[in-house]
Amino acid sequence: MKTIYLDNGATTMADPKVIEAMKPYFDDKFGNASSTHHKGQEAKMALEEARETIAKSIGARYDEIIFTSGGTESNNFAVKGIAFANKSKGNHIITTKIEHDCILNACKWLETQGFKVTYLDVDKEGFVDPKQVEKAITKQTILVSVIHGNNEIGTIQDIRAIGEVCRKKEIIFHTDACQSYTKTLLDVKKQSLDLVTINSHKIHGPKGVGALYVRKGTKITPLNHGGGHEFALRSGTENVSGIVGFAKAVKIAGSSHIKQMTKMRDYLFENVLKIPDTAVNGSTGDRRLCNNANFSFKYVEGESIGAYLDAKGICSSTGSACSSHTLEPSHVLMALGMDAEDAHGSLRLSISRFTTKEEIDKLIEVLPGIISKLRKMSPLAKSDTKDSADSGGW
Amino acid sequence: MPNNASNIQSKQGGYSRKALDYFKNPKHAGEMKNPDATGKVGNPTCGDVMHIFIKVKDNKITDIKFKTFGCVAAISSSEALCVLAKGKTLEQAEKISNQDILEHLGWLPPVKIHCSVLGAEGLKDAIKDFREKHKKA
Ligand SMILES: Cc1ncc(COP(=O)(O)O)c(C=O)c1O
Ligand code: FES
Repeated sequence: MKTIYLDNGATTMADPKVIEAMKPYFDDKFGNASSTHHKGQEAKMALEEARETIAKSIGARYDEIIFTSGGTESNNFAVKGIAFANKSKGNHIITTKIEHDCILNACKWLETQGFKVTYLDVDKEGFVDPKQVEKAITKQTILVSVIHGNNEIGTIQDIRAIGEVCRKKEIIFHTDACQSYTKTLLDVKKQSLDLVTINSHKIHGPKGVGALYVRKGTKITPLNHGGGHEFALRSGTENVSGIVGFAKAVKIAGSSHIKQMTKMRDYLFENVLKIPDTAVNGSTGDRRLCNNANFSFKYVEGESIGAYLDAKGICSSTGSACSSHTLEPSHVLMALGMDAEDAHGSLRLSISRFTTKEEIDKLIEVLPGIISKLRKMSPLAKSDTKDSADSGGW
Repeated sequence: MPNNASNIQSKQGGYSRKALDYFKNPKHAGEMKNPDATGKVGNPTCGDVMHIFIKVKDNKITDIKFKTFGCVAAISSSEALCVLAKGKTLEQAEKISNQDILEHLGWLPPVKIHCSVLGAEGLKDAIKDFREKHKKA
């Protein structure tokens, strides 16, 4: 059975060209970038070239890019690093209810360390109101952190407007751009960004690599103390092969891919919405990630939909309570004001530039049948057979 | 999935082959016309709903069906329950526990044990409904 991978929000396939670019850095060019001999310098060259590429892609300087082990580390570094370094100024952090768990849990932990956190509401499509950000700022506020493109519902925040608010109030602004990087405009100057989290495995690069953009002059405390790597902000021997792969992935990504994915995404939306009692979760059009679709199918449960799709070779994901370790529905879907029952029936389909129309067609061919089969099994769905009064009225 | 993965799977939280087979091809899913009794239970843990329909003749469950809004574990537990209960006397059927359902399926991921509890409760509720109706009659 051929795999149809529609879970690119979770991770993506490494581009074969990325793997090719990484290969020499495992054997031939295996050096430690801190060594002063020629093997070390060979690695150092590659490392700095990669830094340059990534800096350029977001309008930053090369010495503002700190390589990390991925999005989770960059987000933890941003939130905790700013909190610790700016404690003397205040103890208040502003974030949103739709952040990735690594931001939310870092913030929750900081609350146990004497920090106060405001979790901003979002509207029905998942947008944060920049005016609300401004209102939430107090004399104690040291950091605003807002996710750029949401991993579940695809909503792209107006970070430019939020950035302006923060710049005006002189508050450090961080955005988690793991999902949006290379998929929509990300420019640290135009969008007044002080800190930006990006990672590699969402853009066809290797896993376990990411970066934090730290604007020159931003006061931040490192998480990793050690040999002083990465401008003394993140010690540890650099993952040179991974970083080279990351930069290669950035180089390959282009605006033609955005157009191509947008077209495919809209084709997917158009056809899946033909299924009765189906709703879109999140925003639409240009203000939605070009590779993200998220639906709620009434009366059915998402893990079950996913398992039937999986049996047909199709990978997807859901925000249903049943599929989470905590048995809580997705905090992002709940923040939209949905009820738990609709969150139950949610399905995220996330495409990549490798997704073909044939693959979407296959999905469209099997999904209506799956939904209808599950609805026939569901006591919540209106039954089409006239039955004894006993079986209704739950 | 290869069979030798099943041990790792059961520890890591995957589903047994039997659970997946039941989930994919439930023989007892759907509406029952004129059931003798209906059990209706809801799961406070994650918000799932299960309806169990039975037909009873000479104190024996002659037919049983389910309608379930829930996960793979809930649907496969419903099916397992139906397989276990069919042909049993009410007294025997009443004793079916979630442990019996688990054993029948092989295992469920630890976080999904509550879904099998729902199955056992659904049938008990149906039997209760039957007895109440029977008393009145
Ligand atoms: C929005 C967002 N932030 C952070 C992360 C975590 O990144 P990583 O998996 O590289 O630790 C992810 C992906 O899992 C994500 O989607
Ligand atoms: S029905 Fe929700 S976890 Fe099984």
